[in-house]
Amino acid sequence: MSCIRTAARALMLAAALAGTVWAGTPQEQLSALSAQACRSPSAAQGQQFFNATHGREWSCASCHNAQPTGEGKHANTGKSISALAPAFNPERFTDPAKSEKWFRRNCNDVLARECTSAEKADVLAWLMSLKR
Amino acid sequence: MKWIAILLLAGIGLARADSPQRVPPLPKYQQECAACHLAYPPGMLPAASWKRLMGSLDKHYGTDASLDEVSVREISGWLQTHAGTYKRVSEEPPQDRITRSQWFVRKHSEVDPHIWKQAAVKSAANCAACHTAADKGSFRESEIQFPKGLDARFRRNWSD
Repeated sequence: MSCIRTAARALMLAAALAGTVWAGTPQEQLSALSAQACRSPSAAQGQQFFNATHGREWSCASCHNAQPTGEGKHANTGKSISALAPAFNPERFTDPAKSEKWFRRNCNDVLARECTSAEKADVLAWLMSLKR
Repeated sequence: MKWIAILLLAGIGLARADSPQRVPPLPKYQQECAACHLAYPPGMLPAASWKRLMGSLDKHYGTDASLDEVSVREISGWLQTHAGTYKRVSEEPPQDRITRSQWFVRKHSEVDPHIWKQAAVKSAANCAACHTAADKGSFRESEIQFPKGLDARFRRNWSD
C-alpha cells in the first residue's frame, strides 16, 4: 500500500515538474523508476542484466561495452557511442524523454520487448555507481 | 557590392553542380539518425526509399529506431524535399540500402570485399572509415584515407 502511495506521489511530482521546466537528473529518474517498480534498485542485478544476452544476439554491452565508462561502438555500424555512465558523460540521463526513447529502442533490440521499470532502475543504479 | 553577390551566387551554383547531395543537415536528423550511424546525405536515396524507410523505423535494418510522430514527420518532410532526383539515384536500390545502389557498387568496385568486414571498418555503411569528411556530407576523392587500424596487407590495392 505504501508503495502505491509512493509511486502515486512520484507520478504527481513528475506531472508537476513537467508543467514547469523538467530538467531532470539521473537521481530523479532513478527515483521515479524505483517508485514505479515498487522496490529499491539493485546495482548488482543491473550489472548482470546489462552484460547478459536475453535470447537475442545483442546484450547492452554489445554497443556500450561491459564497463560503459568510455566510448562504445555501435555493433552494426561501428559508429562511436559516447560513455553511458553519468559520471563519465554528464549529459546522460538528464532528459527523461530521451532516456525513455533509448530504453524503448534498445530493450526491443536486446530483449524483443520493452524493459520493466525494475530492470531500468537496476541498470541506472549500476551506471550511477560507476565513479571516476 | 553587386559583384560580390554575383560571385557568391556563382559559387553556390558550382557547389550544387559538383555535389548535388550537399545539403546542410537538419538538426533533428543529425540528433536522431546520426546517433547510430553517419547522417547519410538525403540525396543518396530517392524519395520513395526514404518514405519506406521512415515508415518502418521500428524495424530499421534489424534494429528498433522508432521515434515520436512529430519527429518522424519533421525528418520525413526534410528527406522528401532533399531526396536524390538526379540520374544516378533515380532508381530505388534493393532493400533501400545506399550500399546496394548501382552507383555505390560501381564507385567502390576497387575496394577489396574483405575490407568491409574488418573491425576497423565494420561495414560498407561506415562511410567515415575512409571518407574523412563524410560527417559533413563531403565525399571528395582527395579526402579519402586508408582507415586507421586496418591491416597493412590491404595497402597493396590502395592508392592514397
